[in-house]
Amino acid sequence: MPTENRDDTIAHAPALAAAIPAGHGHVTTGEFKIRARDVNVFYGEKQALFDVSLDVPAKSVTAFIGPSGCGKSTFLRCINRMNDTIPSARVVGSIEIDGADVNAKTVDPVVLRSRVGMVFQKPNPFPKTIFENVAYGPKIHGLASRKDELEAIVESSLKKAGLWNEVSDRLHQPGTGLSGGQQQRLVIARAIAVSPEVILMDEPCSALDPIATAKIEELIDELRSQYCIVIVTHSMAQAARVSQKTAFFHLGKLVESGPTEEMFTNPRDTRTQDYITGRFG
Amino acid sequence: MTDASLSPSGITPGAPARPSLSARDALLKKRHRSEKLFRAQGVAAIVVAMIFLVVLVGRILVQGYSTFETHTLTVPVYLNPERIDTSALEGVNYDYIVAEAMMKKLGVQDDDLGTVSSKVQALVSRDFGNQLLQRVKKDHSLIGKTVEVTGSVKADADLYYKGEIKRSTAEEDRKLDNQQLDWLDRLKKDGTVKTGFNTQFFTNSDSTEPEQAGVWGAVIGSAMMLVITALIAIPVGVMAAVYLEEFAPKNRWTDIIEVNINNLAAVPSIVYGLLGLALFINWLHVPRGSPLVGGLVLALMALPTVIIATRSALKAVPPSIREAALGVGASKAQTVFHHVLPLAMPGVMTGAILSLAHALGETAPLLMIGMVAFVPGAPESFTSSATVLPVQVFIWENASERAFHERTAAAIIVLLVFMIVMNAAAVILRRRFERRW
Repeated sequence: MPTENRDDTIAHAPALAAAIPAGHGHVTTGEFKIRARDVNVFYGEKQALFDVSLDVPAKSVTAFIGPSGCGKSTFLRCINRMNDTIPSARVVGSIEIDGADVNAKTVDPVVLRSRVGMVFQKPNPFPKTIFENVAYGPKIHGLASRKDELEAIVESSLKKAGLWNEVSDRLHQPGTGLSGGQQQRLVIARAIAVSPEVILMDEPCSALDPIATAKIEELIDELRSQYCIVIVTHSMAQAARVSQKTAFFHLGKLVESGPTEEMFTNPRDTRTQDYITGRFG
Repeated sequence: MTDASLSPSGITPGAPARPSLSARDALLKKRHRSEKLFRAQGVAAIVVAMIFLVVLVGRILVQGYSTFETHTLTVPVYLNPERIDTSALEGVNYDYIVAEAMMKKLGVQDDDLGTVSSKVQALVSRDFGNQLLQRVKKDHSLIGKTVEVTGSVKADADLYYKGEIKRSTAEEDRKLDNQQLDWLDRLKKDGTVKTGFNTQFFTNSDSTEPEQAGVWGAVIGSAMMLVITALIAIPVGVMAAVYLEEFAPKNRWTDIIEVNINNLAAVPSIVYGLLGLALFINWLHVPRGSPLVGGLVLALMALPTVIIATRSALKAVPPSIREAALGVGASKAQTVFHHVLPLAMPGVMTGAILSLAHALGETAPLLMIGMVAFVPGAPESFTSSATVLPVQVFIWENASERAFHERTAAAIIVLLVFMIVMNAAAVILRRRFERRW
């Protein structure tokens, strides 16, 4: 089944639709942050992704949906090369961020990951203080030379993550002592602290209760104005609420992608329709 | 429903009526029986293990505790100028001067053959004579005066006071004759001999005289050897484990290395002694029987255990921490040294200290590298001859004198206390480093 890229446009940029040929080409505009072409991923002998080509718009939220094991997390982890840590993983194809191939030999994954932050399924703060959690990234990347600069970065990151008011009086207490939702926002603050351009979120709310989930979703909506956000989610409702673009994966293939509203109201592929309406998955 | 009053709703009609909740059928009884049997077996196993432990520790304590009690004697000694040649202080027979003082105390006269004086000498430690020499050397004006000297009684006399040598034994079968026993009784009665805590056992080193032999030299030797072992085995072992676990590619070679490390952990310790003899002594010419060579051999022995313990501690660190660090752009090394290793530290510490405790009790490889010599003092440096606690136990156990045997048990008690202290340190360190995630 060939990958079908119906529409690379986003809701507020319809004029670009004609400019971008589907499936190939090297047009890079400010509107698309990430361009993936014919990405195949293998875990040893097993192929996990088949010819995925997708454009991810800048300063908006793109949701990856699909049943478990369909390859959406795998694709997400290709963007910041987290798959490098799995010895048997092999990535073929090109993923460009602002026109630069992330898999190029000259690209250092350490630099890449400082520009492409990641938030994981389970909140994973370091077993250190709240301050140290947020300050760790800026410290190792040399973003602050003085203590007050570091404190400023920590404060602004926590504010952006909507956590400052809750933790400002206990910055030097362990981050692991926070609630699950707070921990997840702490982790988002930690990612923001290194000033990334892209934030990848791998099912960030799946371990949270509905109230904490609502807060994270609100936060994602606020962050959209500054970052390119890609979120993997199991919840169709969440995808509909937070994203502007949605990509549906099934069995390692990108079935279709397009503006979220259109995708949910008028899916083109029958599989997408079946999944969205809850007939499988 | 055929019988609505008996069968609750939801059970299909015609199905057999369900037994009451308290009914026990044969299958259920069997299940309970096997569970009870298993629990009983568990309790029995623990009881057996506890009995062994109690017997072991009890036996050692019973045999060894008497060492911690000692009998000391204070006697005024007249430093007879006729007997002391000031030009050759070292050559003076101080033992006889002590014997004279003792005879005076007991009110007996020496005969021409000197049998009485030698019988008296057999009751007091040679330490008295040594003390006199040291004091006279320091202060010549003491000659001609009377000085008070305190020291322990001879080991045989000590054993008599402790009831190990009994008057009921035939006179020719014991080392002390009736006259000597009478003297000892008198000395005890008039308060010349006092019972006290045996500090000498902890402050003295090995000696040919059992009443003067102590564990100080062996404790220091053990401590120095463990310092060498720790300085080598822990850094090398931890670094090897970190590399193998976090950095090394997983291929055939690393598999072979892993299998070999596991095998090395099971190699009998005496083989390490042979290796140490060939490698460190014959080839590198490290001094025989020194804390340095002992520490090197034990480091080789402890290395596989440290590696295995560290690797399992690293494996236990949740992968989410690694992902978190990599996700903010930490390099592999930063991830490991800033996050993974600190979290693994409690496990690493425990493994390292337990392997050191194991090394502390090791005897066989040390016998191979010449640590079995008689060393009457604490080692002065890492390259001087030393003895260590387990070897001291081994040496004393082989001694012919009976008084050494209670010292063997006492040295074992000291060794066990040393180990308990180390294990307690392991527990405390683990608690301190432990962090939850």
